[in-house]
Amino acid sequence: MDKIKKVYSDEKIYKKLLEDNNLTIEDALENEMVINMGPQHPATHGVLRLVLRLDGETVIKVVPELGYLHRGYEKMAEDMSFIEFIPHTDRLDYTATMCNNVAYVLAVEKLAGVEAPPRAQWIRMIIAELSRIAAHMIAIGTFAMDVGAVTMVMWTFRERERIQEIFDRIAGARFTTSYTRIGGVASDIDDEALKMIKHFLDTFEPGLKDMDDLMLHNRIFIERLEGIGVLTKEDAISLGVTGPNLRASGVEYDVRRAKPYLFYNQVDFKVPTYSEGDSLARYFLRGDEVRESVKILYQCLEKIPNGEVLANDPKKVLPHKTEIYTKMEELIHDFMIINHGINPPVGDTFFSAENPKGELGFYIVSNGTGYPWKMKIRSPSFCNLQAISKICEGAMISDVIAIIGSLDPVMGEADK
Amino acid sequence: MDIKDLVLQTLKENFTDSIIEITDFRNDLSITVKQEKLFELAKFLKENENLLFEMCKDVTAIDWATRKNRFTVVYHLYSFKLNFNLRLKSNLETEPYQIQSVTPIWQSANWYERETYDMYGIEFINHPDLRRMYMPEGFEYHPLRKDFPVLGIPESLPLPQKPE
Repeated sequence: MDKIKKVYSDEKIYKKLLEDNNLTIEDALENEMVINMGPQHPATHGVLRLVLRLDGETVIKVVPELGYLHRGYEKMAEDMSFIEFIPHTDRLDYTATMCNNVAYVLAVEKLAGVEAPPRAQWIRMIIAELSRIAAHMIAIGTFAMDVGAVTMVMWTFRERERIQEIFDRIAGARFTTSYTRIGGVASDIDDEALKMIKHFLDTFEPGLKDMDDLMLHNRIFIERLEGIGVLTKEDAISLGVTGPNLRASGVEYDVRRAKPYLFYNQVDFKVPTYSEGDSLARYFLRGDEVRESVKILYQCLEKIPNGEVLANDPKKVLPHKTEIYTKMEELIHDFMIINHGINPPVGDTFFSAENPKGELGFYIVSNGTGYPWKMKIRSPSFCNLQAISKICEGAMISDVIAIIGSLDPVMGEADK
Repeated sequence: MDIKDLVLQTLKENFTDSIIEITDFRNDLSITVKQEKLFELAKFLKENENLLFEMCKDVTAIDWATRKNRFTVVYHLYSFKLNFNLRLKSNLETEPYQIQSVTPIWQSANWYERETYDMYGIEFINHPDLRRMYMPEGFEYHPLRKDFPVLGIPESLPLPQKPE
């Protein structure tokens, strides 16, 4: 036993082990069982660890443990200029990188008082909605795979792959896009990319219908999820759940509608809601959101104007590379911004945007220098995960997998 | 009536003495409250029929390092009825840094407060389960404090021992 004591320095676990050594068969049948699920588990979407207390197959209590992917971005942000942090936003929710880029620069722009030109804002809407489709494709696909429908994940990844190709064309990278800049976007979208988006949208709708046919005529899938993991409206609000999970519980709250940013007040879209609040509703809702995103994208392609993609604000916005090489003034501004930062005024702002997972917020405190004094990332996955213990109580152990899939957490974001 | 005026007026009617400062930067309304009155005021904000701040979006803290009030605890609240974001702040004046937990009011504050405790070492009184959120249990420091180096402290995170 001393050997065990050395390995498990934790007093509690040691005591538990001593108890376990004296187990008889009767105890094993009668007692409750504690099961550790994760952090290395294919169905937990990353490194989420759940400690389950079971009575037979029924879950009595769930304790989620986070922090296996904690990289300390909030600490790192305090030692970086506002521009330097843009690539790190890719690594938050790595399924929807563009959405994070957009949310972050909008937060900094709100603090610094910069406004991007209209074309840049429309481009941001386009990439954010494309990214939302890509993220929901992963959510739908892996969710279906978690409950046993492996074909679905192939189909959704096929569609997602085409979005990645568009991102490759627009930003030069498939996943780590880092495409937005403070005051605009890195480069203009060319006609070829717009044509690719148009082609994608035209051929995407039939694909969606195929997916619906595959899943919704499948009795096993429906019966597996109906009424599983019900999250009531009151609980959802009280637990701070946002995004598709909140709307599946019957609350019509979408940041794009409640506090319109970019040009979301100029496009026509619905905010789909379901009142059931179960896993199936959360699955349906993501499908509906994808359709709304397609609708928004068509309108964006129609309405996108010509013009500049970077604001003309020499003290806050980096100038074009060609101008830096040819003009003295621009060279000086570039030097100042890179070395001293954009120096937003003293104050603090909170900005939140609607991400595929929920409401991504940035609370930035500035003390007037080029580095943020504090940056808090309010990540939607973190808040949505908090609902797990509430939802899972009383469920069967196999339903826990379905519930995690339906909540769709991304640990890169939950752990920051 | 403007939403901001409504919120401020309702608060001033009931809590004149506890409000220290009101700021409005970039259209974000922010109210600084006395530390001991925060719980009462938060409860009022949630339950008042005209306000109904039902969702607590975020709880965090700011470490001011050299100021007299070293820590400020920050709450972001949202009201579905008014479609309005409100920021509550409270300065912690004396050591030990403690404040009343708002988890009995908003369940969502549970994890946010655990995170704040983990990162800043601020203790939340009456919190149901005040453990570290991200860092391992035996970790001695609070990483987001300004006196914690960005590169970390060597050997502060012991690796698990290999069984013999």
